[in-house]
Amino acid sequence: MTPTGAHATTGTPATRRLGLVVCVLLVLLVLSGLWWSAEDVVQGSTVRIMYVHVPSIWVAYMAFALTAVCSGAYLSRGTRSVAWDRVAGASAEIGVLFVAVSLVTGSLWGRLTWGTYWVWDARLTSTAFLFITYVGYLAVRRLGGTLRQRARRSAVLALLAVLEIPLVHFSVELWRSLHQEASVANPNAKVEMDGLMLFTLMLGLATFTALFVWLVLHRQRVILLEDTVADRGLDEAIASRRDEAGAR
Amino acid sequence: MTRGSVVRAVARKDLAVEMGSRVVINQVAPFALVVMVMFAFALDNEGILSRVAPGLVWLATLFSMLVVVQRSFAVESADGALDALRVAGVDPVAIFLGKSVALMVQLFALEVLLVCTAFVLYGVEPSPAGWAEAFVTMVAATVGLGFVGTLYGGLAAGARGRETLLPLLLLPVVAPVLIGATRATEAAFGSGGASVSEGWPWIGLLAVFAVLFGAAGSAAFGPLVDE
Repeated sequence: MTPTGAHATTGTPATRRLGLVVCVLLVLLVLSGLWWSAEDVVQGSTVRIMYVHVPSIWVAYMAFALTAVCSGAYLSRGTRSVAWDRVAGASAEIGVLFVAVSLVTGSLWGRLTWGTYWVWDARLTSTAFLFITYVGYLAVRRLGGTLRQRARRSAVLALLAVLEIPLVHFSVELWRSLHQEASVANPNAKVEMDGLMLFTLMLGLATFTALFVWLVLHRQRVILLEDTVADRGLDEAIASRRDEAGAR
Repeated sequence: MTRGSVVRAVARKDLAVEMGSRVVINQVAPFALVVMVMFAFALDNEGILSRVAPGLVWLATLFSMLVVVQRSFAVESADGALDALRVAGVDPVAIFLGKSVALMVQLFALEVLLVCTAFVLYGVEPSPAGWAEAFVTMVAATVGLGFVGTLYGGLAAGARGRETLLPLLLLPVVAPVLIGATRATEAAFGSGGASVSEGWPWIGLLAVFAVLFGAAGSAAFGPLVDE
């Protein structure tokens, strides 16, 4: 179904129900994260940043994986439909948003815990690269040209990113392992978690995942509407030129 | 025609265009030299300069590469030359490899110039084994940069605003080359007390990069330019 008409919206009964669920979950997460769960023994209240930080990066990884899968589907012969490209694009946009959220929350947490906004840790550095890579991907989507050109270009780029990111991560890890004796703090350390804290974290993951699905559904429909408008603009321009030619 | 002869023909064509226009010789090479001098102004300390010379050489190489890649595809898209090649039924893999080889030749010449500049201006003094290692590093890094530059150049070719987009796309991808080549060159130059043997694992990284992007470029270039 192509939503045309002046009153085309991006919502359906299903997305409205999902939206409602997301709202309820968000309220629960705020309550659980800010009031119900206890302070951490070592980190105090700063641990609450984790309830946003961890789900954000989780959503970002999920988003980029979805982008890669949809791009692969677009390029394979059997399933060449621009719908894949729209989902890939929508997912990448939301992924970029959530990487940014996780970078910002992470550096705030770092400031409070490590005393600095940024350390040249392998994981942080490769996350920054992840962010820049997909900002580039989004820029390529806006290069112009036909829908098929956009789809092909960005699909190839998304698959190249799958190759690039492990390589960057690997080399950054090598770079760090040889040049930095000890980290300021070890973010990989096993932490014993209080039951309610663990619950809040899991709730965060569930909430953000639902939010992600809701956002992708809407965003890919917005892209569809944008494409339709651009298409119609072209048709109208052609028609008006024809009329002009006919009038002469 | 076999693929090999097409590759050679495409590479020869690109190099002939360069020899005719002399853009790399008259504009890019002087630009690279100015960058090296500007680094010296910015850092303003001979001890620091010889310590960070390897990184500066490779940064200057990457900046120059951006210009050379733009040039390589501006030549193609100006008169629809790339489309003409495709319409003529030329194998896209051969176009990719040919353009990569031409890019590698130009980059290698630039790197030789930059290393010599570092030798003169920054006071680096490698041992004979260090020179050999620097040479191998340059070869390995150049092959990787040639492939990746051609691939992303082709991606942005023919689109409006590609001049500003290419650095954003290309620089994050070549980060492993910058890391690997800088560390290997540090070992070769003995910067900061590094020994020559420390460089070889980094050259391995450069080789992996070159092989991966050679393969990815051969697979992806056809779908990219086939529009």
